[in-house]
Amino acid sequence: MGYDLKMKVWRGDATGGDLVDYTVPVEEGEVVLDALRRIQATQSGDLAVRWNCKAGKCGSCSTEINGKPRLACMTRLSTFEPGETVTVTPLRTFPVVRDLVTDVSYNYRVAETVPAFAPEPRPADGQYRMQQVDVERGQEFRKCIECFLCQNVCHVIRDHEENKQAFSGPRFFLRYAELEMHPLDTNDRRALAREQAGIGLCNITKCCTEVCPEGIHITDNAIIPMKERVVDRSFDPVTWLGRKIFRRDQLPEAQVPQGRAE
Amino acid sequence: MAAPTGIKSPTRARIAARTLRTDRWWLYPTFTALVLLAFVVYATYRAFVGEHYFAEPYLTPFYSPCVTTECVEGSSHLGTWVGDWWPLSPAVLILVIPLSLRLTCYYYRKAYYRSFWMSPPACAVGEPHRRYTGETRFPLILQNIHRYALYLALAYNVLLTYDAVMAFKSPEGEWGHMGLGTLILVVNAVLLGLYSLSCHSCRHIIGGRLRNFSKHPVRYRAWGMVSVLNGRHAQLAWASLVWVAFTDFYIWMVASGTWSDPRFF
Repeated sequence: MGYDLKMKVWRGDATGGDLVDYTVPVEEGEVVLDALRRIQATQSGDLAVRWNCKAGKCGSCSTEINGKPRLACMTRLSTFEPGETVTVTPLRTFPVVRDLVTDVSYNYRVAETVPAFAPEPRPADGQYRMQQVDVERGQEFRKCIECFLCQNVCHVIRDHEENKQAFSGPRFFLRYAELEMHPLDTNDRRALAREQAGIGLCNITKCCTEVCPEGIHITDNAIIPMKERVVDRSFDPVTWLGRKIFRRDQLPEAQVPQGRAE
Repeated sequence: MAAPTGIKSPTRARIAARTLRTDRWWLYPTFTALVLLAFVVYATYRAFVGEHYFAEPYLTPFYSPCVTTECVEGSSHLGTWVGDWWPLSPAVLILVIPLSLRLTCYYYRKAYYRSFWMSPPACAVGEPHRRYTGETRFPLILQNIHRYALYLALAYNVLLTYDAVMAFKSPEGEWGHMGLGTLILVVNAVLLGLYSLSCHSCRHIIGGRLRNFSKHPVRYRAWGMVSVLNGRHAQLAWASLVWVAFTDFYIWMVASGTWSDPRFF
């Protein structure tokens, strides 16, 4: 059964903007993105909204809906009370381009600074082999669709623009963890996680986990394990002594990719 | 005047409101702050009061082990080796251990950063601080000692388990006794043990630090079990906190004669 949905949509660009009221007819079972596209089709043809797969897999339609970072295509209108006004704004951590579209290139710059997978040399038969348990461990991390909702909600950069220089954010701690836990990888990224990615800035308030549309346990399975690995390397005198005795401190550590560091 | 930062930065969408959330986001930090404050007030009072902490055979976890000469007769299972130089209540010596575990615990960090420091108070709600350095500087860099707090707490859990076992002795020293206090002490030891074992540092040490699970099947299985507990770490943190206070309160009431301990056998 259809009804009229009241919406407030932020319209504007970097020079200014405001929440604009809309009333849009919607149908049962629709999502916020459907309502936005109907506004675009019937009322404001110039409304800028980024979307692609409409199935929660491309990560394009990240917005803030009633103040919460969410995918517009995965937010059902039935989650709101009847008569409730739905407010949609762009992500508030990144520079706005226009209306609901933001410039997320900060994330791509950070991505370039994460040392790539560096596998050990192939065995004589040329085939890498991994056991199933080791394969499964990283699967959760590879579910990331790069919607950057975790980056957007992280208060370290959301509330402190200056920290963008020193902090990589949850999405990239996920990447660090994925590579650090990979049995074939040879890089040691613990020093970089602390010094370049700024993992010490994270205070574990778990907002990244709360907003992840893929349900990845970012904090418990990636950030905290990375923090513990950093403790192993930098703050634990017992493991420090062990590294000295077994001369593991002479193993090479990962370097920031040439010419990519900010 | 400093340049605006965070959500007020000039390149971001200009939205005046600190948050546009319409749900009751303030409920979690408020509730957390109230419960933690209530516990701190109660525990501080009980730690310094120095009486009604032992009712044969029950010793409250706040005073276990009681190791100064000030301890009441029968409460010093490990002897009074600290002697009489310690000027404060014997509980203060002991409570440093569980306090350090909980202060540096990854779950409680979330809880108190949100509820007391408002950094942030809730997800997508602007925090009030102008600068933020996280856990990179003193004193918060000390959060990295969490694993040592865990080692001490595991030893402390052994003592609390010993206390729970000793609660199966009657006040006359005969085995085969069980009262309501025994049951409370057993549940207390179990909850505190599970809370410690579910800790993220424990999970890391048991197996999380490995790169190859397949080369360490025993540690992998242990990691799997700790991971199951770890998924309930927050609930165990709250349950063990409330129960340890209740255990102390129960023994306080029995020791002060306010009520008597129902005996099952």
